[in-house]
Amino acid sequence: MKDYKKLEKMSKQIRIDALKMISAANSGHPGGSLSAADIITVLYFYEMNYKVDDPDWPDRDRFILSKAHCCPALYAAMAHAGYFDIKDTLKFRELGSPFQGHSSKVHLKGIETSGGLLGQGLSVAIGIALAGKLDKKKYQVYCMLGDGELDEGQVWEAVMSASKFRLNNLTAIIDSNKIQLSGKVKDIKPLNPLVDKWKSFGWNVIEINGHNFKKIIWAFKKAKKTKHKPTVIIANTVKGKGVKFMENKWEWHGKPPDQDQLKKALSELK
Amino acid sequence: MTQLEHTRKGFSEALVEIGQENENVVVLDADVWPSNKLKLFIDKFPERYFQVGIAEQDMIGIAAGLSFCGKIPFTSSFSVFTPGNCFGQTRLSVGFTNANVKICGSHSGIDFGKDGGSAQSIADIAISRALPNFTVIVPCDYFETKKAVHWSARIKGPVYLRFGRSKWPVLTNFESRFEIGKANVLRPGCDVTVVGCGSMVANALKAAKILKNELDVQVINCHTIKPIDKTTLINAAKDTGRVVTAEDHSVIGGLGSAVSEVLAEHYPVPMRFVGVKDRFGQSGAPDELYKEYGLTPKHIVKAIRKLV
Ligand SMILES: Cc1ncc(C[n+]2csc(CCOP(=O)(O)OP(=O)(O)O)c2C)c(N)n1
Repeated sequence: MKDYKKLEKMSKQIRIDALKMISAANSGHPGGSLSAADIITVLYFYEMNYKVDDPDWPDRDRFILSKAHCCPALYAAMAHAGYFDIKDTLKFRELGSPFQGHSSKVHLKGIETSGGLLGQGLSVAIGIALAGKLDKKKYQVYCMLGDGELDEGQVWEAVMSASKFRLNNLTAIIDSNKIQLSGKVKDIKPLNPLVDKWKSFGWNVIEINGHNFKKIIWAFKKAKKTKHKPTVIIANTVKGKGVKFMENKWEWHGKPPDQDQLKKALSELK
Repeated sequence: MTQLEHTRKGFSEALVEIGQENENVVVLDADVWPSNKLKLFIDKFPERYFQVGIAEQDMIGIAAGLSFCGKIPFTSSFSVFTPGNCFGQTRLSVGFTNANVKICGSHSGIDFGKDGGSAQSIADIAISRALPNFTVIVPCDYFETKKAVHWSARIKGPVYLRFGRSKWPVLTNFESRFEIGKANVLRPGCDVTVVGCGSMVANALKAAKILKNELDVQVINCHTIKPIDKTTLINAAKDTGRVVTAEDHSVIGGLGSAVSEVLAEHYPVPMRFVGVKDRFGQSGAPDELYKEYGLTPKHIVKAIRKLV
Protein backbone atom coordinates (compact mmCIF):
# COMPACT_ATOMS: atom_id res chain seq x y z
CA MET A 1 0.00 0.00 0.00
CA LYS A 2 1.61 3.20 -1.14
CA ASP A 3 -1.16 5.15 0.41
CA TYR A 4 0.60 7.41 2.87
CA LYS A 5 -2.59 7.95 4.87
CA LYS A 6 -2.99 4.20 5.31
CA LEU A 7 0.65 3.79 6.33
CA GLU A 8 0.29 6.58 8.82
CA LYS A 9 -2.82 5.01 10.28
CA MET A 10 -1.06 1.66 10.55
CA SER A 11 1.99 3.11 12.24
CA LYS A 12 -0.24 4.85 14.78
CA GLN A 13 -1.96 1.56 15.50
CA ILE A 14 1.43 -0.13 15.88
CA ARG A 15 2.47 2.51 18.40
CA ILE A 16 -0.75 2.06 20.31
CA ASP A 17 -0.40 -1.72 20.39
CA ALA A 18 3.27 -1.57 21.34
CA LEU A 19 2.44 0.64 24.32
CA LYS A 20 -0.44 -1.65 25.30
CA MET A 21 1.93 -4.62 25.29
CA ILE A 22 4.48 -2.83 27.41
CA SER A 23 1.79 -1.69 29.79
CA ALA A 24 0.27 -5.18 30.05
CA ALA A 25 3.68 -6.64 30.79
CA ASN A 26 4.45 -3.72 33.05
CA SER A 27 7.91 -3.80 31.52
CA GLY A 28 9.55 -3.15 28.17
CA HIS A 29 11.05 -0.42 26.00
CA PRO A 30 8.70 2.28 24.71
CA GLY A 31 11.20 4.89 23.47
CA GLY A 32 12.91 2.87 20.76
CA SER A 33 9.73 1.04 19.81
CA LEU A 34 8.07 4.36 19.01
CA SER A 35 11.06 5.74 17.08
CA ALA A 36 11.24 2.60 14.93
CA ALA A 37 7.51 2.26 14.27
CA ASP A 38 7.33 4.17 10.97
CA ILE A 39 10.21 2.28 9.38
CA ILE A 40 8.86 -1.07 10.55
CA THR A 41 5.46 -0.09 9.13
CA VAL A 42 6.96 0.56 5.71
CA LEU A 43 8.90 -2.70 5.83
CA TYR A 44 5.86 -4.84 6.62
CA PHE A 45 3.19 -2.92 4.70
CA TYR A 46 5.02 -1.76 1.62
CA GLU A 47 8.55 -2.97 1.17
CA MET A 48 9.00 -6.63 2.06
CA ASN A 49 7.86 -9.84 0.37
CA TYR A 50 6.71 -12.50 2.79
CA LYS A 51 3.94 -15.06 3.31
CA VAL A 52 2.28 -15.06 6.70
CA ASP A 53 1.00 -18.61 6.19
CA ASP A 54 4.50 -19.79 5.23
CA PRO A 55 6.95 -17.96 7.50
CA ASP A 56 9.81 -20.19 6.33
CA TRP A 57 9.23 -19.44 2.63
CA PRO A 58 12.80 -19.61 1.29
CA ASP A 59 12.37 -16.59 -0.98
CA ARG A 60 11.02 -14.24 1.66
CA ASP A 61 12.73 -10.97 2.44
CA ARG A 62 14.26 -11.02 5.91
CA PHE A 63 14.01 -8.42 8.64
CA ILE A 64 16.49 -8.67 11.48
CA LEU A 65 15.75 -6.47 14.44
CA SER A 66 19.17 -6.18 15.98
CA LYS A 67 17.87 -3.74 18.60
CA ALA A 68 15.56 -6.50 19.74
CA HIS A 69 14.39 -4.69 22.85
CA CYS A 70 12.11 -2.76 20.45
CA CYS A 71 10.20 -5.93 19.51
CA PRO A 72 6.82 -4.58 20.68
CA ALA A 73 6.68 -2.52 17.46
CA LEU A 74 7.69 -5.60 15.46
CA TYR A 75 5.12 -7.85 17.15
CA ALA A 76 2.40 -5.29 16.47
CA ALA A 77 3.37 -5.01 12.81
CA MET A 78 3.48 -8.79 12.41
CA ALA A 79 0.06 -9.12 14.05
CA HIS A 80 -1.51 -6.62 11.68
CA ALA A 81 0.23 -8.32 8.77
CA GLY A 82 -1.60 -11.48 9.78
CA TYR A 83 1.01 -13.67 11.49
CA PHE A 84 -1.10 -13.89 14.67
CA ASP A 85 -3.87 -12.13 16.52
CA ILE A 86 -2.99 -8.79 18.09
CA LYS A 87 -4.73 -9.92 21.29
CA ASP A 88 -2.12 -12.64 21.71
CA THR A 89 0.61 -10.04 21.98
CA LEU A 90 -0.77 -8.93 25.33
CA LYS A 91 1.04 -11.99 26.66
CA PHE A 92 4.25 -10.06 25.97
CA ARG A 93 6.96 -11.06 28.47
CA GLU A 94 4.75 -13.68 30.17
CA LEU A 95 6.00 -17.10 31.13
CA GLY A 96 5.63 -19.47 28.18
CA SER A 97 4.73 -16.71 25.73
CA PRO A 98 6.16 -16.65 22.19
CA PHE A 99 6.37 -12.88 22.65
CA GLN A 100 9.64 -12.85 24.54
CA GLY A 101 11.11 -9.68 26.00
CA HIS A 102 13.59 -9.69 23.13
CA SER A 103 12.38 -11.14 19.83
CA SER A 104 13.51 -14.73 19.55
CA LYS A 105 13.68 -17.03 16.58
CA VAL A 106 13.12 -20.16 18.60
CA HIS A 107 10.02 -18.80 20.29
CA LEU A 108 8.13 -17.20 17.41
CA LYS A 109 7.81 -18.10 13.73
CA GLY A 110 8.63 -15.20 11.47
CA ILE A 111 11.42 -13.90 13.67
CA GLU A 112 14.74 -14.39 11.88
CA THR A 113 17.21 -14.44 14.78
CA SER A 114 17.33 -13.95 18.52
CA GLY A 115 18.35 -10.66 20.03
CA GLY A 116 18.96 -9.05 23.38
CA LEU A 117 22.70 -8.58 23.21
CA LEU A 118 23.25 -5.50 21.11
CA GLY A 119 25.75 -5.63 18.28
CA GLN A 120 25.02 -9.12 16.97
CA GLY A 121 22.28 -8.68 14.39
CA LEU A 122 24.24 -7.24 11.50
CA SER A 123 26.64 -10.21 11.41
CA VAL A 124 23.71 -12.61 11.31
CA ALA A 125 22.14 -10.53 8.52
CA ILE A 126 25.40 -10.81 6.59
CA GLY A 127 25.31 -14.58 6.92
CA ILE A 128 21.77 -14.63 5.55
CA ALA A 129 22.74 -12.28 2.72
CA LEU A 130 25.76 -14.46 1.85
CA ALA A 131 23.53 -17.53 1.76
CA GLY A 132 21.21 -15.63 -0.58
CA LYS A 133 24.11 -14.96 -2.94
CA LEU A 134 25.32 -18.58 -2.76
CA ASP A 135 21.84 -19.88 -3.53
CA LYS A 136 21.20 -17.22 -6.20
CA LYS A 137 18.11 -16.04 -4.37
CA LYS A 138 16.54 -12.68 -4.98
CA TYR A 139 15.57 -11.90 -1.41
CA GLN A 140 16.63 -8.71 0.34
CA VAL A 141 17.91 -8.63 3.93
CA TYR A 142 17.03 -5.70 6.18
CA CYS A 143 18.69 -5.13 9.52
CA MET A 144 17.70 -2.43 11.98
CA LEU A 145 20.22 -1.18 14.53
CA GLY A 146 20.04 1.50 17.20
CA ASP A 147 22.47 4.39 17.08
CA GLY A 148 23.61 3.57 20.62
CA GLU A 149 24.18 0.01 19.42
CA LEU A 150 26.91 1.33 17.13
CA ASP A 151 29.13 1.56 20.22
CA GLU A 152 29.59 -2.21 19.94
CA GLY A 153 32.80 -3.24 18.18
CA GLN A 154 31.18 -6.22 16.48
CA VAL A 155 29.03 -3.84 14.45
CA TRP A 156 32.14 -2.40 12.80
CA GLU A 157 33.58 -5.84 12.15
CA ALA A 158 30.33 -6.58 10.35
CA VAL A 159 30.35 -3.24 8.51
CA MET A 160 33.69 -4.25 7.01
CA SER A 161 32.53 -7.76 6.16
CA ALA A 162 29.42 -6.55 4.33
CA SER A 163 31.40 -4.26 2.08
CA LYS A 164 34.11 -6.86 1.53
CA PHE A 165 31.49 -9.35 0.36
CA ARG A 166 29.76 -6.65 -1.76
CA LEU A 167 26.38 -7.44 -0.27
CA ASN A 168 24.03 -5.24 -2.26
CA ASN A 169 21.21 -7.51 -1.04
CA LEU A 170 21.71 -6.12 2.45
CA THR A 171 20.19 -2.90 3.77
CA ALA A 172 21.04 -1.71 7.26
CA ILE A 173 18.80 0.85 8.89
CA ILE A 174 20.01 2.96 11.78
CA ASP A 175 17.18 4.14 13.96
CA SER A 176 19.09 7.27 14.82
CA ASN A 177 17.04 8.65 17.68
CA LYS A 178 20.13 10.20 19.32
CA ILE A 179 19.41 8.65 22.70
CA GLN A 180 20.49 5.37 24.24
CA LEU A 181 19.81 3.79 27.63
CA SER A 182 21.28 6.32 29.99
CA GLY A 183 21.64 9.52 28.02
CA LYS A 184 22.43 11.14 24.69
CA VAL A 185 24.53 9.37 22.08
CA LYS A 186 26.65 12.47 21.68
CA ASP A 187 27.57 12.42 25.37
CA ILE A 188 27.99 8.69 25.85
CA LYS A 189 30.09 8.08 22.74
CA PRO A 190 29.88 10.55 19.88
CA LEU A 191 29.28 8.97 16.45
CA ASN A 192 29.85 11.91 14.18
CA PRO A 193 30.63 12.10 11.37
CA LEU A 194 28.33 9.09 11.03
CA VAL A 195 27.66 9.39 7.31
CA ASP A 196 31.38 9.67 6.54
CA LYS A 197 32.16 6.70 8.75
CA TRP A 198 29.87 4.37 6.82
CA LYS A 199 30.95 5.85 3.49
CA SER A 200 34.58 5.31 4.28
CA PHE A 201 33.80 1.68 5.12
CA GLY A 202 32.50 1.22 1.57
CA TRP A 203 28.78 1.50 2.08
CA ASN A 204 26.18 3.35 0.07
CA VAL A 205 24.75 5.84 2.58
CA ILE A 206 21.31 7.41 2.50
CA GLU A 207 20.27 9.83 5.22
CA ILE A 208 16.58 10.50 5.71
CA ASN A 209 13.90 11.62 8.10
CA GLY A 210 12.80 8.31 9.56
CA HIS A 211 9.27 9.51 10.16
CA ASN A 212 8.58 10.56 6.56
CA PHE A 213 6.95 7.68 4.70
CA LYS A 214 7.72 9.08 1.29
CA LYS A 215 11.40 9.33 2.18
CA ILE A 216 11.54 5.88 3.76
CA ILE A 217 10.02 4.28 0.67
CA TRP A 218 12.35 6.23 -1.58
CA ALA A 219 15.38 5.17 0.43
CA PHE A 220 14.50 1.46 0.27
CA LYS A 221 14.00 1.78 -3.47
CA LYS A 222 17.39 3.38 -3.91
CA ALA A 223 19.00 0.77 -1.70
CA LYS A 224 17.67 -2.07 -3.84
CA LYS A 225 19.02 -0.49 -7.00
CA THR A 226 22.53 -0.20 -5.61
CA LYS A 227 25.10 -2.49 -7.20
CA HIS A 228 28.12 -4.15 -5.53
CA LYS A 229 27.65 -2.38 -2.18
CA PRO A 230 25.51 -2.70 0.89
CA THR A 231 23.34 0.29 1.77
CA VAL A 232 22.81 1.90 5.13
CA ILE A 233 19.83 4.12 5.70
CA ILE A 234 20.57 6.54 8.49
CA ALA A 235 17.10 7.41 9.65
CA ASN A 236 16.88 10.46 11.83
CA THR A 237 14.14 9.75 14.32
CA VAL A 238 12.74 10.90 17.62
CA LYS A 239 12.92 8.57 20.57
CA GLY A 240 9.39 8.18 21.95
CA LYS A 241 7.91 9.63 18.74
CA GLY A 242 4.19 10.28 18.90
CA VAL A 243 3.85 10.61 22.65
CA LYS A 244 4.92 14.09 23.67
CA PHE A 245 5.87 13.32 27.25
CA MET A 246 8.08 10.44 26.12
CA GLU A 247 9.82 12.23 23.26
CA ASN A 248 13.59 12.74 23.50
CA LYS A 249 13.76 11.44 27.04
CA TRP A 250 16.19 8.67 27.93
CA GLU A 251 14.03 8.06 30.99
CA TRP A 252 11.48 6.45 28.64
CA HIS A 253 14.01 4.07 27.15
CA GLY A 254 13.02 1.08 29.26
CA LYS A 255 10.17 2.08 31.50
CA PRO A 256 6.51 1.06 31.19
CA PRO A 257 3.82 3.74 31.44
CA ASP A 258 1.44 3.49 34.39
CA GLN A 259 -2.32 3.42 33.74
CA ASP A 260 -2.74 7.21 33.65
CA GLN A 261 0.30 7.66 31.46
CA LEU A 262 -0.95 4.95 29.10
CA LYS A 263 -4.32 6.68 28.82
CA LYS A 264 -2.63 9.96 28.05
CA ALA A 265 -0.32 8.38 25.51
CA LEU A 266 -3.13 6.56 23.72
CA SER A 267 -5.25 9.68 23.54
CA GLU A 268 -2.37 11.47 21.83
CA LEU A 269 -2.05 8.68 19.31
CA LYS A 270 -5.76 8.39 18.47
CA MET B 1 56.75 -46.59 18.33
CA THR B 2 53.41 -44.87 17.99
CA GLN B 3 53.06 -42.66 14.96
CA LEU B 4 52.50 -38.93 15.47
CA GLU B 5 50.18 -36.76 13.43
CA HIS B 6 48.50 -33.36 13.53
CA THR B 7 44.85 -33.30 14.53
CA ARG B 8 44.67 -30.17 12.38
CA LYS B 9 45.46 -32.32 9.38
CA GLY B 10 42.52 -34.55 10.18
CA PHE B 11 40.37 -31.44 10.55
CA SER B 12 41.31 -29.99 7.18
CA GLU B 13 41.10 -33.28 5.27
CA ALA B 14 37.71 -34.03 6.72
CA LEU B 15 36.42 -30.58 5.75
CA VAL B 16 37.22 -31.38 2.13
CA GLU B 17 35.51 -34.76 2.43
CA ILE B 18 32.31 -33.36 3.87
CA GLY B 19 32.50 -30.44 1.43
CA GLN B 20 32.45 -32.99 -1.35
CA GLU B 21 29.58 -34.92 0.17
CA ASN B 22 27.38 -31.95 0.96
CA GLU B 23 27.31 -28.68 -0.89
CA ASN B 24 25.75 -26.94 2.08
CA VAL B 25 29.03 -27.18 3.99
CA VAL B 26 30.73 -23.78 4.19
CA VAL B 27 33.88 -22.74 6.03
CA LEU B 28 34.56 -19.43 7.77
CA ASP B 29 38.01 -18.28 8.73
CA ALA B 30 39.36 -15.54 11.01
CA ASP B 31 42.77 -15.19 9.39
CA VAL B 32 44.27 -18.51 10.44
CA TRP B 33 43.93 -20.69 7.32
CA PRO B 34 47.63 -21.63 7.15
CA SER B 35 47.61 -22.71 10.81
CA ASN B 36 44.51 -24.81 10.38
CA LYS B 37 45.62 -26.15 7.00
CA LEU B 38 42.58 -24.87 5.14
CA LYS B 39 44.29 -24.53 1.78
CA LEU B 40 42.85 -27.88 0.71
CA PHE B 41 39.32 -26.62 1.20
CA ILE B 42 39.95 -23.13 -0.16
CA ASP B 43 41.41 -24.45 -3.42
CA LYS B 44 38.63 -26.93 -3.90
CA PHE B 45 35.64 -24.83 -2.87
CA PRO B 46 36.60 -21.16 -3.09
CA GLU B 47 32.97 -20.04 -3.30
CA ARG B 48 32.16 -21.81 -0.04
CA TYR B 49 35.01 -20.32 1.93
CA PHE B 50 34.60 -16.98 3.71
CA GLN B 51 37.55 -15.07 5.07
CA VAL B 52 36.13 -12.60 7.60
CA GLY B 53 39.40 -11.29 8.99
CA ILE B 54 40.46 -11.06 12.61
CA ALA B 55 36.90 -10.70 13.75
CA GLU B 56 35.72 -13.74 15.67
CA GLN B 57 32.52 -12.14 16.94
CA ASP B 58 31.45 -11.23 13.43
CA MET B 59 32.47 -14.68 12.14
CA ILE B 60 30.26 -16.47 14.65
CA GLY B 61 27.29 -14.22 13.81
CA ILE B 62 27.75 -14.67 10.06
CA ALA B 63 27.93 -18.42 10.58
CA ALA B 64 24.62 -18.28 12.45
CA GLY B 65 22.99 -16.37 9.57
CA LEU B 66 24.30 -18.87 7.02
CA SER B 67 22.96 -21.75 9.11
CA PHE B 68 19.51 -20.13 9.21
CA CYS B 69 19.44 -20.56 5.42
CA GLY B 70 20.33 -24.24 5.45
CA LYS B 71 24.11 -23.99 5.26
CA ILE B 72 26.33 -26.03 7.59
CA PRO B 73 29.01 -23.54 8.63
CA PHE B 74 32.30 -24.64 10.18
CA THR B 75 34.20 -21.76 11.75
CA SER B 76 37.93 -22.16 12.02
CA SER B 77 40.15 -20.44 14.57
CA PHE B 78 42.13 -21.22 17.73
CA SER B 79 40.27 -22.42 20.80
CA VAL B 80 41.44 -19.38 22.75
CA PHE B 81 39.63 -17.11 20.24
CA THR B 82 36.59 -19.24 19.55
CA PRO B 83 34.77 -19.54 21.88
CA GLY B 84 37.06 -17.39 24.04
CA ASN B 85 36.83 -14.13 22.12
CA CYS B 86 33.20 -14.41 21.11
CA PHE B 87 31.39 -15.88 24.07
CA GLY B 88 28.41 -13.54 23.77
CA GLN B 89 27.92 -14.45 20.12
CA THR B 90 28.45 -18.14 20.80
CA ARG B 91 25.87 -17.95 23.54
CA LEU B 92 23.15 -15.90 21.80
CA SER B 93 23.51 -16.06 18.02
CA VAL B 94 24.45 -19.77 18.05
CA GLY B 95 23.50 -21.42 21.36
CA PHE B 96 20.23 -19.68 22.14
CA THR B 97 18.99 -19.95 18.54
CA ASN B 98 20.16 -23.60 18.39
CA ALA B 99 21.98 -22.69 15.18
CA ASN B 100 23.55 -25.46 13.14
CA VAL B 101 27.03 -23.96 13.52
CA LYS B 102 30.24 -25.92 14.16
CA ILE B 103 32.78 -23.90 16.11
CA CYS B 104 36.20 -25.46 15.59
CA GLY B 105 39.03 -24.40 17.89
CA SER B 106 42.59 -25.64 17.36
CA HIS B 107 45.77 -25.03 19.41
CA SER B 108 44.02 -26.06 22.60
CA GLY B 109 45.45 -26.12 26.10
CA ILE B 110 49.01 -25.55 27.23
CA ASP B 111 50.06 -27.87 24.40
CA PHE B 112 50.01 -24.65 22.33
CA GLY B 113 53.44 -24.11 23.90
CA LYS B 114 55.73 -21.20 23.22
CA ASP B 115 53.11 -18.60 22.32
CA GLY B 116 52.53 -18.43 26.05
CA GLY B 117 49.77 -18.18 28.58
CA SER B 118 47.70 -15.55 26.81
CA ALA B 119 47.21 -17.88 23.85
CA GLN B 120 46.74 -21.11 25.79
CA SER B 121 43.11 -21.99 26.07
CA ILE B 122 42.31 -23.62 29.40
CA ALA B 123 38.68 -22.60 29.90
CA ASP B 124 37.07 -23.28 26.51
CA ILE B 125 35.56 -26.64 27.50
CA ALA B 126 34.10 -25.03 30.61
CA ILE B 127 32.41 -22.17 28.80
CA SER B 128 31.11 -24.18 25.84
CA ARG B 129 29.90 -27.02 28.03
CA ALA B 130 27.87 -24.62 30.16
CA LEU B 131 25.79 -23.52 27.17
CA PRO B 132 22.52 -25.40 26.49
CA ASN B 133 22.15 -27.01 23.04
CA PHE B 134 25.93 -27.42 22.60
CA THR B 135 27.68 -30.68 21.83
CA VAL B 136 31.34 -30.56 22.91
CA ILE B 137 33.87 -32.89 21.28
CA VAL B 138 37.55 -33.32 22.14
CA PRO B 139 39.09 -35.95 19.85
CA CYS B 140 42.29 -37.72 20.90
CA ASP B 141 44.11 -38.01 17.58
CA TYR B 142 44.18 -37.45 13.84
CA PHE B 143 41.60 -40.11 13.00
CA GLU B 144 39.19 -39.06 15.71
CA THR B 145 39.39 -35.43 14.62
CA LYS B 146 38.42 -36.50 11.12
CA LYS B 147 35.52 -38.51 12.41
CA ALA B 148 34.48 -35.68 14.72
CA VAL B 149 34.21 -33.35 11.71
CA HIS B 150 32.07 -35.87 9.86
CA TRP B 151 29.85 -36.33 12.91
CA SER B 152 29.56 -32.60 13.47
CA ALA B 153 28.16 -32.16 9.99
CA ARG B 154 25.50 -34.75 10.79
CA ILE B 155 24.50 -33.42 14.21
CA LYS B 156 21.72 -30.84 14.04
CA GLY B 157 22.69 -27.95 16.28
CA PRO B 158 25.71 -26.20 17.73
CA VAL B 159 28.98 -28.06 18.15
CA TYR B 160 32.24 -27.02 19.74
CA LEU B 161 35.11 -29.11 18.38
CA ARG B 162 38.46 -28.77 20.17
CA PHE B 163 41.77 -30.05 18.87
CA GLY B 164 45.47 -29.36 19.11
CA ARG B 165 48.56 -27.78 17.69
CA SER B 166 51.26 -30.41 18.25
CA LYS B 167 51.45 -33.76 16.55
CA TRP B 168 49.67 -36.19 18.85
CA PRO B 169 50.15 -39.97 19.01
CA VAL B 170 47.84 -41.79 16.63
CA LEU B 171 45.95 -44.07 18.99
CA THR B 172 43.04 -45.10 16.79
CA ASN B 173 42.63 -46.03 13.18
CA PHE B 174 40.23 -45.54 10.33
CA GLU B 175 38.07 -48.39 11.57
CA SER B 176 37.97 -47.68 15.30
CA ARG B 177 34.55 -47.05 16.76
CA PHE B 178 33.72 -43.36 17.18
CA GLU B 179 30.25 -42.35 18.16
CA ILE B 180 29.25 -39.01 19.62
CA GLY B 181 28.19 -39.41 23.23
CA LYS B 182 29.83 -42.85 23.57
CA ALA B 183 33.12 -43.04 25.44
CA ASN B 184 35.55 -45.76 24.38
CA VAL B 185 37.17 -48.14 26.83
CA LEU B 186 40.65 -48.36 25.34
CA ARG B 187 42.02 -50.71 27.96
CA PRO B 188 40.01 -52.79 30.40
CA GLY B 189 41.05 -52.88 34.04
CA CYS B 190 39.58 -53.51 37.48
CA ASP B 191 41.72 -51.53 39.95
CA VAL B 192 41.32 -47.92 38.89
CA THR B 193 39.93 -45.96 35.91
CA VAL B 194 41.60 -43.10 34.12
CA VAL B 195 39.24 -41.01 31.98
CA GLY B 196 41.04 -38.78 29.51
CA CYS B 197 40.32 -36.56 26.55
CA GLY B 198 42.37 -35.04 23.77
CA SER B 199 46.13 -35.18 24.15
CA MET B 200 45.81 -36.71 27.62
CA VAL B 201 44.39 -40.00 26.40
CA ALA B 202 47.87 -41.00 25.21
CA ASN B 203 49.33 -40.06 28.58
CA ALA B 204 46.66 -42.07 30.37
CA LEU B 205 47.64 -45.14 28.34
CA LYS B 206 51.30 -44.54 29.16
CA ALA B 207 50.48 -44.29 32.85
CA ALA B 208 48.59 -47.58 32.66
CA LYS B 209 51.64 -49.18 31.07
CA ILE B 210 53.96 -47.87 33.75
CA LEU B 211 51.76 -49.49 36.40
CA LYS B 212 51.05 -52.70 34.51
CA ASN B 213 52.82 -55.05 36.92
CA GLU B 214 51.20 -53.44 39.90
CA LEU B 215 47.70 -52.37 38.98
CA ASP B 216 45.10 -53.16 36.40
CA VAL B 217 44.28 -49.69 35.07
CA GLN B 218 41.21 -49.12 32.93
CA VAL B 219 41.60 -46.30 30.38
CA ILE B 220 38.61 -44.51 28.90
CA ASN B 221 38.76 -42.09 26.01
CA CYS B 222 35.95 -39.63 26.69
CA HIS B 223 35.98 -37.69 23.43
CA THR B 224 32.48 -36.33 23.88
CA ILE B 225 32.39 -34.04 26.89
CA LYS B 226 28.75 -33.22 26.23
CA PRO B 227 26.49 -35.14 26.10
CA ILE B 228 28.68 -37.21 28.39
CA ASP B 229 28.47 -41.01 28.38
CA LYS B 230 26.99 -41.64 31.81
CA THR B 231 26.61 -45.39 31.37
CA THR B 232 30.25 -46.08 30.56
CA LEU B 233 31.44 -43.81 33.37
CA ILE B 234 29.13 -45.30 35.98
CA ASN B 235 30.08 -48.84 34.94
CA ALA B 236 33.76 -47.96 35.22
CA ALA B 237 33.21 -46.51 38.69
CA LYS B 238 31.36 -49.68 39.70
CA ASP B 239 34.09 -51.91 38.28
CA THR B 240 37.11 -50.09 39.68
CA GLY B 241 35.88 -47.96 42.56
CA ARG B 242 38.33 -45.14 41.84
CA VAL B 243 38.54 -42.62 39.03
CA VAL B 244 41.22 -40.24 37.81
CA THR B 245 40.47 -37.70 35.07
CA ALA B 246 43.11 -36.25 32.76
CA GLU B 247 42.82 -33.22 30.51
CA ASP B 248 44.88 -30.37 29.07
CA HIS B 249 42.42 -27.80 30.41
CA SER B 250 41.64 -26.24 33.75
CA VAL B 251 40.43 -28.75 36.33
CA ILE B 252 37.64 -26.24 36.93
CA GLY B 253 34.78 -26.84 34.54
CA GLY B 254 36.33 -29.28 32.11
CA LEU B 255 36.29 -33.06 31.67
CA GLY B 256 37.04 -33.71 35.35
CA SER B 257 34.09 -31.58 36.43
CA ALA B 258 31.82 -33.25 33.89
CA VAL B 259 32.80 -36.74 35.08
CA SER B 260 32.47 -35.84 38.74
CA GLU B 261 29.01 -34.36 38.12
CA VAL B 262 27.88 -37.74 36.82
CA LEU B 263 29.55 -39.86 39.49
CA ALA B 264 28.65 -37.61 42.43
CA GLU B 265 25.01 -38.05 41.54
CA HIS B 266 24.91 -41.69 40.44
CA TYR B 267 27.85 -43.59 41.90
CA PRO B 268 30.25 -41.57 44.05
CA VAL B 269 33.79 -42.94 44.21
CA PRO B 270 37.08 -41.33 45.29
CA MET B 271 38.48 -39.21 42.46
CA ARG B 272 41.60 -37.29 41.50
CA PHE B 273 41.89 -34.61 38.84
CA VAL B 274 44.87 -34.25 36.54
CA GLY B 275 44.73 -30.98 34.65
CA VAL B 276 45.77 -27.36 34.88
CA LYS B 277 45.30 -26.41 38.52
CA ASP B 278 43.71 -22.98 38.38
CA ARG B 279 46.67 -21.15 36.88
CA PHE B 280 47.36 -19.54 33.54
CA GLY B 281 49.92 -21.04 31.20
CA GLN B 282 53.23 -19.56 30.07
CA SER B 283 55.80 -19.90 27.30
CA GLY B 284 57.70 -23.13 26.95
CA ALA B 285 57.89 -26.29 24.89
CA PRO B 286 54.75 -28.42 25.30
CA ASP B 287 56.63 -31.28 27.00
CA GLU B 288 58.29 -28.87 29.42
CA LEU B 289 54.92 -27.30 30.15
CA TYR B 290 53.31 -30.69 30.71
CA LYS B 291 56.00 -31.33 33.35
CA GLU B 292 55.59 -27.92 34.96
CA TYR B 293 51.79 -28.15 35.01
CA GLY B 294 51.53 -31.78 36.06
CA LEU B 295 50.16 -33.38 32.92
CA THR B 296 52.73 -36.10 32.22
CA PRO B 297 52.11 -39.86 32.52
CA LYS B 298 54.11 -39.77 35.77
CA HIS B 299 51.69 -37.23 37.19
CA ILE B 300 48.80 -39.51 36.31
CA VAL B 301 50.63 -42.38 38.03
CA LYS B 302 51.02 -40.20 41.09
CA ALA B 303 47.32 -39.37 41.10
CA ILE B 304 46.50 -43.07 40.83
CA ARG B 305 48.79 -43.95 43.73
CA LYS B 306 47.07 -41.38 45.90
CA LEU B 307 43.83 -43.29 45.37
CA VAL B 308 44.98 -46.84 46.01
C1 LIG C 1 25.59 -6.01 24.60
C2 LIG C 1 24.56 -5.20 25.32
N1 LIG C 1 24.95 -4.30 26.24
C3 LIG C 1 24.02 -3.59 26.92
C4 LIG C 1 22.70 -3.77 26.71
C5 LIG C 1 21.66 -2.99 27.52
N2 LIG C 1 20.88 -2.08 26.66
C6 LIG C 1 19.67 -2.38 26.20
S1 LIG C 1 19.03 -1.21 25.18
C7 LIG C 1 20.41 -0.23 25.40
C8 LIG C 1 20.52 1.09 24.70
C9 LIG C 1 20.36 0.94 23.22
O1 LIG C 1 20.36 2.18 22.59
P1 LIG C 1 20.05 2.29 21.05
O2 LIG C 1 20.84 1.27 20.31
O3 LIG C 1 20.23 3.69 20.64
O4 LIG C 1 18.54 1.81 20.96
P2 LIG C 1 17.21 2.66 21.03
O5 LIG C 1 17.54 4.07 21.43
O6 LIG C 1 16.65 2.61 19.68
O7 LIG C 1 16.34 1.98 22.06
C10 LIG C 1 21.33 -0.84 26.24
C11 LIG C 1 22.61 -0.25 26.65
C12 LIG C 1 22.33 -4.74 25.75
N3 LIG C 1 21.06 -5.04 25.49
N4 LIG C 1 23.27 -5.41 25.06
